[in-house]
Amino acid sequence: MHWQVIIPLVIFLIAIFGIGIWANKKVRTSDSFMQEYFLGGREMGGFILAMTMMATYGSASSFIGGPGVAYNKGLGWVLLAMAQLPAGYFVLIVLGKKFAIVARRFEAITLIDFLKKRYESNAVIIISAISIIVFLFASMTAQWVGGARLIESLTGLNYTASLLIFAASVLVYVVIGGFRAVALTDALQGSVMIIGTIILLVGTVIAGGGVENIMHSLVAENPDFISPFGADGSLTPLYVSTFWILIGLGVIGLPQIAVRAMSYKDSKSLHRAIIIGTMGIGTIMFGMHLIGVLARPVLPGIEIGDKVMPLLTLEVLPPLLAGVVLAAPMAAIMSTVNALLILVSSTVVKDVYLNFINPNATEQQIKSRSFWVTTIIGMAVVLFALNPPDFLIWLNLFAFGGLESAFLWSVIFGLYWKKANKYGAVSSMVVGLVLYIAIDRFAPHVFGMHTVTLPIVISLIVFVVVSLVTQKTKNLQEYHF
Amino acid sequence: MQDKRFKIAHREALMGVVLVVINFSIWYGFAYGLGSGDPLEYSYVFGFPAWFFYSCIAGTIFMIVLISLTMKLFFKEVPFEEEDDQ
Repeated sequence: MHWQVIIPLVIFLIAIFGIGIWANKKVRTSDSFMQEYFLGGREMGGFILAMTMMATYGSASSFIGGPGVAYNKGLGWVLLAMAQLPAGYFVLIVLGKKFAIVARRFEAITLIDFLKKRYESNAVIIISAISIIVFLFASMTAQWVGGARLIESLTGLNYTASLLIFAASVLVYVVIGGFRAVALTDALQGSVMIIGTIILLVGTVIAGGGVENIMHSLVAENPDFISPFGADGSLTPLYVSTFWILIGLGVIGLPQIAVRAMSYKDSKSLHRAIIIGTMGIGTIMFGMHLIGVLARPVLPGIEIGDKVMPLLTLEVLPPLLAGVVLAAPMAAIMSTVNALLILVSSTVVKDVYLNFINPNATEQQIKSRSFWVTTIIGMAVVLFALNPPDFLIWLNLFAFGGLESAFLWSVIFGLYWKKANKYGAVSSMVVGLVLYIAIDRFAPHVFGMHTVTLPIVISLIVFVVVSLVTQKTKNLQEYHF
Repeated sequence: MQDKRFKIAHREALMGVVLVVINFSIWYGFAYGLGSGDPLEYSYVFGFPAWFFYSCIAGTIFMIVLISLTMKLFFKEVPFEEEDDQ
């Protein structure tokens, strides 16, 4: 046990519980339970909005997996990681004011609410709900496993105990505090992520004797570590460029991100969030991946990529600072899990239960169902994470692109194209999902592009063509925005 | 009736697209423009290979400045609630 490392982590956990309990007061006194529990009463200011976007988006892979790959591939991987910069501003600018206004007009609380009112189609609701529940359940399980592994390696406790500690701490504040607790803890977690990144970056550069020195050692080992094509030449410009679709532009189609774009207070908050969010994402993505590359000469010979970040932290920083830095991946994991948990829960309660099972539920019923659904989903994820089945791992890797293939065009055209209709939306969702699954299974990297590229392009064409062909169909409501 | 606020929203969404195109061009242009040669012959800026410095460091800082200016100069504040309609 590294006690000095653990102290900052414990303080961090206590602070997070405090926020959960405070947010619970708001939940109990609010006059609209659903708006409050699932959207935090649409009261987020600029800083909180930026931080919750960033923290939700930055996950275990930004802090654990990413630096590990960078360690093996070199600066080319940092270049690829920088394709994530638009995730900080593009989503908020494009969905921006229109999504906020329309969501309020529709009184939408979930992304599916918006799609339901826009397209008036049960098929859209059902496909959306299934994709969200299946993909995000898998993502949560994977994050949970990552969190447990992290605690395991820091405390020396066994995997099961680590998992239970981690799960209990997340579940408590999310279940009692709802979205407001999620957003506020995200603000704390996001700040920890930024501070941790900067501390570790500086510590690593110092330990390596300066940037120049580190670059010399890299070139001496293999000159391609500092080329944009990666140490093994595998990072082709086309492949790296198509990552812009997956991790920069397509992020608009991720429900956990889109729902944040309807929960902020006013346009001033939006403007501030765009600036702060870009700085935050830029710092974290650049810093963490560069750290992975710099780690190579500082701490050579690490075989398992996922261990690069924790080992490096313990090596180059004094224990107390190491604790602060190691709180960063924990924060990243927690903030991603909590966002997914509240989203899956809102999907089940609002989109499935209220739409199909009990449309006339009372406020009291909704309240108790929401608490129970959130708790049960959380517990179910823990059960799966105890011994994660192979298909969940696959689904998780797959979730990002799958959700984008399903939602991207329905959201964008739903907002900006009057002629978009339910036939276009349903066919593009189905084609996107099926194609994405097929390409991922049978022919990944078609034409040297990332898997998500073709499904996104083809579902775009399908959406436009089908919407135009079905323009004359009866019973389609006209839209004026 | 076309809501006046939507006109503003549409214009701003387009600016988002322009920003991404600028972002991508800087990132791609410097990375593969300066980085395609032999790594042993790279020039360096502040210890980093020049392609990396301009594409990933200077480019990112430039984007942050550009986005801040766009927010300050071109983005308008509009009310979200419906009672301010028309």
